[in-house]
Amino acid sequence: MVFFNYVARRFALALPTLFGVSVICFTLTYLLPGNPAMVKAGPFATPEHLAEMERQMGLDRPFPEQYYRYVSGIFKGDLGESASTGRPVSQDFLQRLPATLELNLASLLIAIVIGLPLGVLSAVHRDTLVDHIGRVVGIMGVAMPSFLTGLLFVYVFFYMLDLAPSPLGRLGSGIEPPAHVTGLYVIDSLITGNWTTLRSSLHQLMLPAGTLGLSAIAPVARMVRSTMLEILESDYIKAAWAAGLPRRTVIYRDALRNALIPVITISGIVFGFLMAGNAVVESVFSWPGIGNYAVTALLTKDSAPIQSFILFVAVTCVMVNLAVDIAYGLIDPRIRFS
Amino acid sequence: MTEMLEISDLTVHFQINQGAIEAVDHINLTIRRGEILGLVGESGSGKSVTSFAILRLIRPPGRVVSGSVHFDGIDLGSLPEEQMRRMRGAKIAMVSQTPRTALNPLLTVGRQISRLLMVHAGLSTREAEKRMLEMLRLVRIPAPEKRANQYPHQLSGGMCQRVMIAMALATSPQLLLADEPTTGLDVSIAAKILDLLRELSAKTGAAIMLVTHDLGVVADICDRVAVMHAGQVVECAPVRELFHNPAHPYTKALVRSIPRVDRDVVLEPIPGSVPSLVNPPSGCRYAGRCEWAMDRCRVSRPPMVEAAPGHVVACYGFEERRGTC
Repeated sequence: MVFFNYVARRFALALPTLFGVSVICFTLTYLLPGNPAMVKAGPFATPEHLAEMERQMGLDRPFPEQYYRYVSGIFKGDLGESASTGRPVSQDFLQRLPATLELNLASLLIAIVIGLPLGVLSAVHRDTLVDHIGRVVGIMGVAMPSFLTGLLFVYVFFYMLDLAPSPLGRLGSGIEPPAHVTGLYVIDSLITGNWTTLRSSLHQLMLPAGTLGLSAIAPVARMVRSTMLEILESDYIKAAWAAGLPRRTVIYRDALRNALIPVITISGIVFGFLMAGNAVVESVFSWPGIGNYAVTALLTKDSAPIQSFILFVAVTCVMVNLAVDIAYGLIDPRIRFS
Repeated sequence: MTEMLEISDLTVHFQINQGAIEAVDHINLTIRRGEILGLVGESGSGKSVTSFAILRLIRPPGRVVSGSVHFDGIDLGSLPEEQMRRMRGAKIAMVSQTPRTALNPLLTVGRQISRLLMVHAGLSTREAEKRMLEMLRLVRIPAPEKRANQYPHQLSGGMCQRVMIAMALATSPQLLLADEPTTGLDVSIAAKILDLLRELSAKTGAAIMLVTHDLGVVADICDRVAVMHAGQVVECAPVRELFHNPAHPYTKALVRSIPRVDRDVVLEPIPGSVPSLVNPPSGCRYAGRCEWAMDRCRVSRPPMVEAAPGHVVACYGFEERRGTC
C-alpha cells in the first residue's frame, strides 16, 4: 500500500513535466521559420490558395487554440503528416520504433555489461593498473564522436577484417524478417526459433550497438567506481570486514547492491542519452529506426517528424525516470517503507 | 598463559604527503580472559586504530610498521588472510561507534545477524534464525520477531546498538572490541547499553576492550584501564588504583576533568591539545602540555616502570618524584 502510494505520487509528479515538454515542443515548431502551409500548397500556389490552405490547417487560429488542437491530436494518436513520405507520422514512427528500441537496448546492455564490472574493478583496485586502464578506455569512449567510432568500426571490422556484415540495415540481404511479435528482430527470432534470422540480426546489430554502447560505457563505469569507492569506505562495509564476512560477500553483495542504487539512475539517464544519440549511429549504419527518420526529416525540413521525434525522446526520458524511481522503491527499503 | 590478547610494540603509521602520521607508537597492552579493559584518551589518540590493528584491518595508506598481536598464543600477524577472516567476528568481534550507519541499510537486521551465524558457525538458515531471535531477546529488544524483519532505518539509535551487540555476541567471541559503543546515544540509553555489555560479558565470559574517551564510563564497568595519549600508552592500572593514585600527569589531569556531583571542585581543562602526529618529535609526546616536563622528556621516551603491583606508567617526572618521597 505504501509502495502503491509512492508509485502514484511519482506518476503524478511526471505529469507536469510532460505538460512542459509538450508546450516547449509545440512552441519550438511554432516559432521556427517556414510556413507548413506553403510546403503543402507547393511553390506555385496563389496567395488566395495559400490563405485557404492556412485556414484548412488551422494556422490562422490563435496560439492557445493551435496548441490545444496539437495536444488533443497527440491523444488521438495524430502526430501530423510527413511531407516527404506522405504518411501519418504516427504510422512511420510505429514502424521504425522497434528498430530503435532494439539498438538502444542492446547498447545499454553493452554499456552495463562492460561498464559495471569495469567500475567495480577500478574501485576495488583503486589507483592500480586496472583502474588506469579503465579510465583510459572510458575517456576514449566518451571523447570519440559516435559517427567517427561507427565509421572506424565499419572500416576495421567490415572492410579490413571482414568480421562484420555490410552496414546496411537490420538483416543481411536475402534474410526474411521473423514473424512480428515485439518487432525486435532478435527477440522475435528467438521466440519463433528462427536461427538463421537470429544470427543475421545479431550480426547486423553488433557494430551499431557496439558504437553506441561504447559512448555509454564511461558514464556507467565512472558512476559505479565513485559510488563503490564511497561505499567501500562506509561504516557498514568496515563493520562487515570486522565481522569476518568473506570478501566476495562484502564486495559483491553488500557494497555492490548498495552501489546499484545510483547505477540505476545513471542507466536511466544513459538510456535517454542513447535515445537522442542514436540518430547519428542509425544514419551511419542505415538503421531503419526513428533516429534515422528524424535526420532525414531534418535534412528535408519536414517539421512534423522532427517535432514528434523531440516529443518522443522527451517523453521517453520522463518515462524512464519514472521507471527508475519505481526501481528505487523496489531496491531500497528506506524508500519502500517511509 | 593467562593473557588472552597480547599486543607488543605495536606501531601503526598512516602515510600522507607531508610524511607519516604516527597514529600508534610502540604500544604494549594485554587483555586477560573475561576482563573488561578500558582504553581511554582524547580524540585522535589512536584508540580506534588500535582495535582495527588487532583485527588486522589497517588498510593503505595505513601500515603496521612494527609489533605483534598474539591472541590465545597465536601470532595474528602471521596467519593467512583466510584464517584471519575466520577469527574476525567469530573469536574477536567488534561493536562500532556508529550503530546507525554500521548496519547495512538494505538488509533486515535479523538477516544481518543470522548470516553471520551461517558464515561463522555453519548453521542452517532455520537454526541461524532461531539463534538470531535468541540473541535479540538477550539484548532485550522488544518484539524480536517483528524487529528482526525491519531495516536499520526503522530502528532507533539505541536499538541499532543493541542489534550491533547481538550481532557481535551471536558467535560467542572471546574478545569484544567495543569502540565508543555509547557515543551518540542518550545518557539513559548509554547507561543501559553499558549495563548490558557488563552483564553479557559476565554471562558469556567474553573479554571486552572498551574504547572510550569517557572516564565516567570506565569507572562504571572496567576492571583495568589503559590511558593513551597521542598514540602512546602512558599508564595502565586496575581501575580503582588508577582513579585513586594516578601516576602520570596526563592521567591526573584526566581524572581532575571528570565532573563530580558529590564534591565541589573546579573542573580543570587539560592545557594544549594532542600534538600533531605527523613526524612527531622523539621523547614523551605529552611533554609539550606537561607541568613536570624536563629536558630529557623532550629527548628520549620514558620507559614503562612499575608504580605499584599491576600499575605501570611511562613518565620520567614520576620516577624522579618517587625517588624523593
